[in-house]
Amino acid sequence: MSAFTALLSRDLRLAARSGGGAALALGFFALVATLVPLGIGADLNLLSRVAGGVLWVAALLAALLSLDRLFQGDFEDGSLDVIALSPLPLESVSLAKILAHWLSTGLPLTVLSPLLALLFNLPASATLVLFVSLLIGTPAVSAVGAIGASLTLSLRRGGLILPLIVLPLLTPAVIFGAGSVAAKMDGMAPSGGLALLAAFAVAACLLSPFAAAGAVRLNLTN
Amino acid sequence: MITSLTAEKLTCVRGERTLFAGLSFHVAAGQALALEGANGAGKTSLLRLIAGFLAPRAGRLVLKTTQGQSDDNEERGRLIGWLGHQDGLKPQLTVMEQLIFFAALYGSAAGCDAALEEVGLARQKDFPCRYLSAGQKRRLALARLMISKRDLWLLDEPFAALDRDGQALMARQMTRHCGQGGLIIAATHEPLGLANASLQL
Repeated sequence: MSAFTALLSRDLRLAARSGGGAALALGFFALVATLVPLGIGADLNLLSRVAGGVLWVAALLAALLSLDRLFQGDFEDGSLDVIALSPLPLESVSLAKILAHWLSTGLPLTVLSPLLALLFNLPASATLVLFVSLLIGTPAVSAVGAIGASLTLSLRRGGLILPLIVLPLLTPAVIFGAGSVAAKMDGMAPSGGLALLAAFAVAACLLSPFAAAGAVRLNLTN
Repeated sequence: MITSLTAEKLTCVRGERTLFAGLSFHVAAGQALALEGANGAGKTSLLRLIAGFLAPRAGRLVLKTTQGQSDDNEERGRLIGWLGHQDGLKPQLTVMEQLIFFAALYGSAAGCDAALEEVGLARQKDFPCRYLSAGQKRRLALARLMISKRDLWLLDEPFAALDRDGQALMARQMTRHCGQGGLIIAATHEPLGLANASLQL
């Protein structure tokens, strides 16, 4: 087993055993998506209009729930020192953690989204666009989130500051993701929004491991 | 293989406070150095500085290996076995899972079963770490250090939480490590139990 897959499988195992992994994010996502139709009322046209935006924002917030622990747990118990001295560069460490976070939250959220779209009376074609946009966009959420997580890893209440750092950076993902669903609803091609979303995700996944590794190095001086 | 580690006039400043200035020492292969000093004297900071986590304000660290000489932090980091004052273990993972993970991370082919046998945790290998006592966690951290197969051991309070048998085990492993040509730098309040130089901070 390579060092990268060892770290990836350890983080997935930890996410599964902490109980806070996929189950917590999925529960949060489902609850928010259930509460919004209850709050708005039974206006099916209105619900299907807002579905893309609401589900995207709900998925984003659900993914943020477990993000603050991405590096913090390893920092607090001293594992991060041992990991930093391993042959695996911190950039690869960050990438493994981003991938583990996406597999344990972003991917399950994406899989659940078509079911929740039913609550909003979203047409099947638009649900497919929502599914694809989340599939493309959630890796960007994990990647950009990793930058926030690495910056706040030594702060005791870092989880509170994390959304303030991460959410503004993720505005493009929400605009292009929800926008492509809205475009489909209006009978236009969603491919433009999806392409921009994909470009954003690729850039985030390529750059953020370097930014996160830099922030981790800075925090290790403590 | 490392042949020696030399510190030349190291100065370490944390915040506004100078912890130590003009500190020099030399450790050659097979030698151990005990760092002594009052609480807050900078023992842990010196270890973190050697590990490359901290940058010295002044001075440098020169590492001589059989391949040549270097003062690069990253290169030195790849030769260091780290035992911090925290054990770096996850409560959710079992003892064996923990050790297999570290062996894979460090690309070490050393036997995890043998290491657990040696530190006296063979019977607990399927226990989640949350059920281990502080001393047992320390023993597991020692097993991790052993399988890392690194030349330069940096130990922060290696005897903390260990019972008498555990302390003897730690001393035995340190003696063996030095006997195989390894280097040890340990921050400690107790005698290391082996022939070592000491440095007062």
